[in-house]
Amino acid sequence: MAEPLLLKDAAGVAQAAPATRSVSRRQPGAARWVVAVSIAVSLLALLPLAFVIGISIQTGWATIVQLVFRPRVAELLINTVLLVVITLPLCIALGVALAWLTERTNLPGRRLWSVLATAPIAVPAFVHSYAWVSLVPPIHGLFAGVLVSVIAYFPFLYLPVAATLRRLDPAIEDVAESLGLKPWAVFFKVVLPQLRLAICGGALLVGLHLLAEYGLYAMIRFDTFTTAIFDQFQSSFNGPAANMLAGVLALCCLVMLSIESASRGHARYARVGAGSARPQRTQILKGHVTGLALALPIFTSLMALGVPLVTLGQWLIAGGLDVWRMADILPALQQTFLLASAGALITTAAALPVAWLSIRAPGRLQRLLESCNYVTSSLPGIVVALALVTITIHIARPIYQTLVTVLLAYLLMFLPRALVSLRAGIAQAPVELENIARSLGSSPSQALWRVTLRLAAPGAAAGAALVFLAITNELTATLLLAPSGTRTLATGFWAMTSEIDYAAAAPYALIMILLSLPLTALLYYQSKRTAGR
Amino acid sequence: MNALELNALYKTFGNVAALNDVSLCVPAGSRAAIVGPSGSGKTTLLRMIAGFEFPDSGSIRLNGQTLVDSANQVPAHQRLIGYVPQDGALFPHMTVAGNIGFGLSGTPASKQQRVEELLAMVALETRMSKSWPHELSGGQQQRVALARALAQRPRLMLLDEPFSALDTGLRAAMRKMVAKLLSEAGITTILVTHDQAEALSFADQLAVMRQGRLVQAGPPMELYLHPADRQTALFLGDAVIMPAQVEDGWATCDLGRIPVNHPSHSGPAHIMLRPEQLHLTPEHGEAIHANGCLGVITDRDFGGNVCTLTVELHPQVCAVSGQTTNRSLLVRSSGLGAPPTGSTVHISTLGNAHVLPGA
Repeated sequence: MAEPLLLKDAAGVAQAAPATRSVSRRQPGAARWVVAVSIAVSLLALLPLAFVIGISIQTGWATIVQLVFRPRVAELLINTVLLVVITLPLCIALGVALAWLTERTNLPGRRLWSVLATAPIAVPAFVHSYAWVSLVPPIHGLFAGVLVSVIAYFPFLYLPVAATLRRLDPAIEDVAESLGLKPWAVFFKVVLPQLRLAICGGALLVGLHLLAEYGLYAMIRFDTFTTAIFDQFQSSFNGPAANMLAGVLALCCLVMLSIESASRGHARYARVGAGSARPQRTQILKGHVTGLALALPIFTSLMALGVPLVTLGQWLIAGGLDVWRMADILPALQQTFLLASAGALITTAAALPVAWLSIRAPGRLQRLLESCNYVTSSLPGIVVALALVTITIHIARPIYQTLVTVLLAYLLMFLPRALVSLRAGIAQAPVELENIARSLGSSPSQALWRVTLRLAAPGAAAGAALVFLAITNELTATLLLAPSGTRTLATGFWAMTSEIDYAAAAPYALIMILLSLPLTALLYYQSKRTAGR
Repeated sequence: MNALELNALYKTFGNVAALNDVSLCVPAGSRAAIVGPSGSGKTTLLRMIAGFEFPDSGSIRLNGQTLVDSANQVPAHQRLIGYVPQDGALFPHMTVAGNIGFGLSGTPASKQQRVEELLAMVALETRMSKSWPHELSGGQQQRVALARALAQRPRLMLLDEPFSALDTGLRAAMRKMVAKLLSEAGITTILVTHDQAEALSFADQLAVMRQGRLVQAGPPMELYLHPADRQTALFLGDAVIMPAQVEDGWATCDLGRIPVNHPSHSGPAHIMLRPEQLHLTPEHGEAIHANGCLGVITDRDFGGNVCTLTVELHPQVCAVSGQTTNRSLLVRSSGLGAPPTGSTVHISTLGNAHVLPGA
């Protein structure tokens, strides 16, 4: 039935072919506009970096020296470095220990502890410090900074380490033991090295959060670069002092990036060979060891979930119905939804061509584009915000202090989150499937739509959800960039705590946590699934 | 009539020649197998026929229609060529029915009827149409992939090592089923494989590829017994290759005098025999036979139905070089009653020896 038609088509194309031949020889027709869009997105992503470099050149060396080499900057630098150097090892130790206990032992209630170790992600970092300030009002300084940071950020290490532990080939451990290594030696010599990539990646993520976070440290009065830039910006608006501090902060982030990529090495840890992997071995804990082991997840959960929930509950009970000022809360909820959905949609759409290119046509150009996006994502929200304030004031005045600028900031900050999920999604659809679809009569664009995009849809949805979550809890850039009158849940919460009306802030915090919960669950199940279980 | 004609195809990746002057004709309704070691370019050739790759030069014609030449190219989706890859590559987001019906057009009812027909064709039960690919075994996945490719009534069927992921027993059964099904449907088929046994049993016509070149093409039996060179001889199966002096249709070698298939050849040459052409009889101290020689079993490799024996010939003066040699041969014998290690046997030959050209 369709056969003669197809043959006619084939002849028709055959006649038209010579003109387009050189294009279609190499790539499916879609490739060109995909490349163009990817380059545009990546150039956009370079804006903040261009701002830092441009502003440094404009300011001039003499002024830079004057602004950067002074005791205040040294003090901030010491604070920030101490925070990172103390927090990171604690997070790593806690994350690895919990991952091992929940994945590789017969600890009672491992599934529950695994969920509880992921759950703190649902609590925005500044809500963690709000909870601790409520519980212990005089808490402040470096100790408080480290305490709250570890509690708020350790899941970023727990999740990848647990996922990797689950995926490791147990045969390697069997072999190590058969070669005469004791169990603890197997862990340190065989298992731990294979966790290196997960630890490096997680530590980088935590480190970048430490550098970028504003609300957490502002609330417990611990000065970092980000809080200093924010204060500077509020007192003198768009002065060179704030810009230069932002430059130093950006430099710190780049240093952290290069340390991570150096320690990551070139090694690849993958399961070699065919055959299905066997289930992981479990360490049997007995008697008082079990009790001791249980203490860690119990203590961690009390600190990371108990404290926020108890203090929130206290404020809500103390505040009663009066704190639920619906006239304020409902618009905030609505605006948050609007911003987060629009931001998630735009960011996922922008990430799509970049992700497709990186899977289907990996090459030098694509690697360059990817590193552009990577570097920008490592820059704190405050640097992105400063860059956009400066650029919109000077070049694009009409969009200054509009939703466009806010959404642009979200795009720049959260593009990689969408990218990572999308890339995993597209990788689920090997090019072979597109080929098969074409051999079954689908044109290249039909094949893309019917096969690749359908398979990538869960990845795209997960990416969009992650961006949605990030925007819901975003504080810094929204505070700096949003048009006056805008109030999201996060900025509403912040306004209340700034007025020391902690009870009135509690409903905002509760709603943010509730909104984050389904997405945290998604993150949890995703990490289980990537492990192939 | 030839269904598929490949003419002088060239393709390079970087500076590696993947295909180097490949020409091949496949008669309509026949089954051809392209066989060669990994990296020989056989998969590139198959993908080129399917339309996933394009040659640097050369042409491909199917049923008289030009698919590719220097001026034209028909994209994959307009070629009507079925393709079954190694792992089946079922669409994971579709049920079995969705997969098979992917290339079908028409009303849902007519589609469903066709899907059921196709399921029956590949010997799967109708109730399976609602299953998901991950619920199927490897063999079932391959059947669904085959049904999916058959759905659009392809003009040519390409099979890219479709049996290699299956268990040994299942593999032979699948191969038989596919061969029967395709020849009943009258679909011209090309199978790519690195497994010579599979190629020999599946194909009407065999094409051997090596380093991007088509070394030899012809009926399987012809290639097996009369390979073009030493490498092809060894690739298609175990072989006994030895120097000999050829004259008047007879070769004189360590095994005695053996008739050869090249009466015109004369002078020194290498001859080839397949191990099953050698026949062993226990030596009882009788007089030496006119044909053949004596040897001692030095190793027995018991393999169930077949026993592979290593036989060391009694030292003798080589007919060609004049040196004394200690030649070892591999001989196949029935697993039952194979002579024990250390025993002396008499070796005779069956059929003609093949003179390797230019060796």
